[in-house]
Amino acid sequence: MAEFRLPKNSRVKKGKAFKAPKGATNTKTISVYRWDPDDGENPRMDSYEVDLDSCGPMVLDALIKIKNEMDSTLTFRRSCREGVCGSCAMNIDGKNGLACTTGLDETKGDIGVNPLPHMEIIKDLVPDMTNFYAQYASIEPWLKTKSVAPPDSERLQSHEDRAKLDGLYECILCACCSTSCPSYWWNEDRYLGPAVLLQAYRWLVDSRDEYAGERLDQLEDPFRLYRCHTIMNCAQACPKGLNPAKAIAEVKKMMVERQG
Amino acid sequence: MAQAKRPVSPHLQVYRWSVTMASSILHRATGVALGAGTLLLAWWLLAAATSDEAYALVQLCMGSVLGQVVMLGFVWALTYHLFNGLRHLVWDMGYGFELKTAQISGWVALVGSGAVTLVLAFVCGGAS
Repeated sequence: MAEFRLPKNSRVKKGKAFKAPKGATNTKTISVYRWDPDDGENPRMDSYEVDLDSCGPMVLDALIKIKNEMDSTLTFRRSCREGVCGSCAMNIDGKNGLACTTGLDETKGDIGVNPLPHMEIIKDLVPDMTNFYAQYASIEPWLKTKSVAPPDSERLQSHEDRAKLDGLYECILCACCSTSCPSYWWNEDRYLGPAVLLQAYRWLVDSRDEYAGERLDQLEDPFRLYRCHTIMNCAQACPKGLNPAKAIAEVKKMMVERQG
Repeated sequence: MAQAKRPVSPHLQVYRWSVTMASSILHRATGVALGAGTLLLAWWLLAAATSDEAYALVQLCMGSVLGQVVMLGFVWALTYHLFNGLRHLVWDMGYGFELKTAQISGWVALVGSGAVTLVLAFVCGGAS
């Protein structure tokens, strides 16, 4: 259900301010969402004045610098630092994206950094992704076949059929799109969300997959598929430039087409 | 040690508005407004079928400043819902999903419905 206000325990308070080291002339203030599961307090926004002259160009560089030099208690996920793993997905300056591929200079003035929206928070910028991954598993994201596999070769695909997977296979499951979607915010327990539906379409159009009918049966539900209202936040948030809204529309079209 | 109940991260409070996000919620809001406006239309028709006095009362209410504002809002809700409904129709056929296209069509629906509302207000409102 749509709940526009945050519950009492989730309202964000003002936090501590960390000043830049003496002598720093080129600084940028970064406010970061903090929540500690152990102190019983509400979340707060701590602000850090980062010395840009000794900092890398990306938001992730600033977060790592803060953790290394200013406040070691800051917690966030990161791994590849080049937009491949999807770990550092967060809400940067009001828009979901990867901290490692978002430049500090993309925002004039201060930057606000929040966790992915409308998620249960484990600590600081780390959301609980259990539901998201369970939804992904529910669409059975692997090749399913009925025919007997060719004895001496792979299941082959024409160039044209392979091209149908472009714009779909690149998804890194960072959840930027799903957690940018108001429909997903209000119905995350029943609506699969843009990321999972884009993956569902990826298997539906795969020429080698032989379970399209069953897959569509699974999706034919007022909530699982049809909560998409074309708000388009997903396509705007995707750090890989993919378009989940379009993929969802294609699935809806397949639903109509199979009725003949 | 027992852990505190996990908070929900901020959503509407922090998410930056885009034209496509605004047009979606406006579509729903104008849909609700049209439902309410249709009651006014029913009231007007019922009054016309009832008596001269009843009809005069509707005319008096709708002729007032507040009534005119409500009418203008109703007309805009109708034109916006129509414009944005056409967007949805095109989307349902599988077109217009490119980000730039969706943003432009969002602005067209907003500006177009505003312009048509003003024209209607000028033409029809000026005639009465």
